[in-house]
Amino acid sequence: MKVEVTTESKDHAVLVHIKGEVDLYSSPEVRKQILKLTKEKTPAILIDLENVSYMDSSGVATLIEGLQQCGKYKGKFALVGLRASVKEVFELTRLDKVFEIHKDLKTALEKIKT
Amino acid sequence: MPNTIKLHITSDPKFLRVLRAAIGQVCSLAGLPRRQSSMVVLAVDEACSNVIKHAYKGKSGQPIIIICSILPTKLEITILDHGEPADAKMIKSRRLDDIRPGGLGIHLIKSVMDEVCYINGTEAGNRLILCKNLPERK
Repeated sequence: MKVEVTTESKDHAVLVHIKGEVDLYSSPEVRKQILKLTKEKTPAILIDLENVSYMDSSGVATLIEGLQQCGKYKGKFALVGLRASVKEVFELTRLDKVFEIHKDLKTALEKIKT
Repeated sequence: MPNTIKLHITSDPKFLRVLRAAIGQVCSLAGLPRRQSSMVVLAVDEACSNVIKHAYKGKSGQPIIIICSILPTKLEITILDHGEPADAKMIKSRRLDDIRPGGLGIHLIKSVMDEVCYINGTEAGNRLILCKNLPERK
């Protein structure tokens, strides 16, 4: 299954919904969509990972790049809905301390407003 | 004679998904719990991604052989390629406080596996051996 990436504007943020497995094959598609938003200096980007069943280091690298690009114009970049296996990858690389990670969309949208 | 499964793929990222499914099944056969299985799958995926990116420099159609041996106390996975050998000294985790994209694969492999051994430039090609200890059978 190819990864599906869709975007949606909600409240103050642009939500990036990712569905499928993010690996060396599919991460370029995710990267393209995220960098399009950072190029447009989107003020708040929320990456919805609820439907991501697998993520390798190329997926993590894509998100780091998005976070760093967003930081350049002082935008907000957060992750939401990580499954246990995906969360573990962030914990093993200690990136759970670097990214703003929210449990659900409602909380994420409230936090990103502030 | 150990239980051995040999998988052949070529260096195309689209095959990694198939490989992950196969490794998941091997882990299950070996008796690894689900959480450890998913981490071993990740480690093998990272290792093969590195072969594609670094040893074969993104060139598709090149051979990668994955030999999985279920031994009495451990699962041993050997990954063979005929690409550019890596400097064995460079096969190490990078500092995690250096926040940048890339270079996390080796760290993940070493965090997940109990033994990691890299032998480059042999007649059989470059050889990465990953071992995971199996839980004691009751």
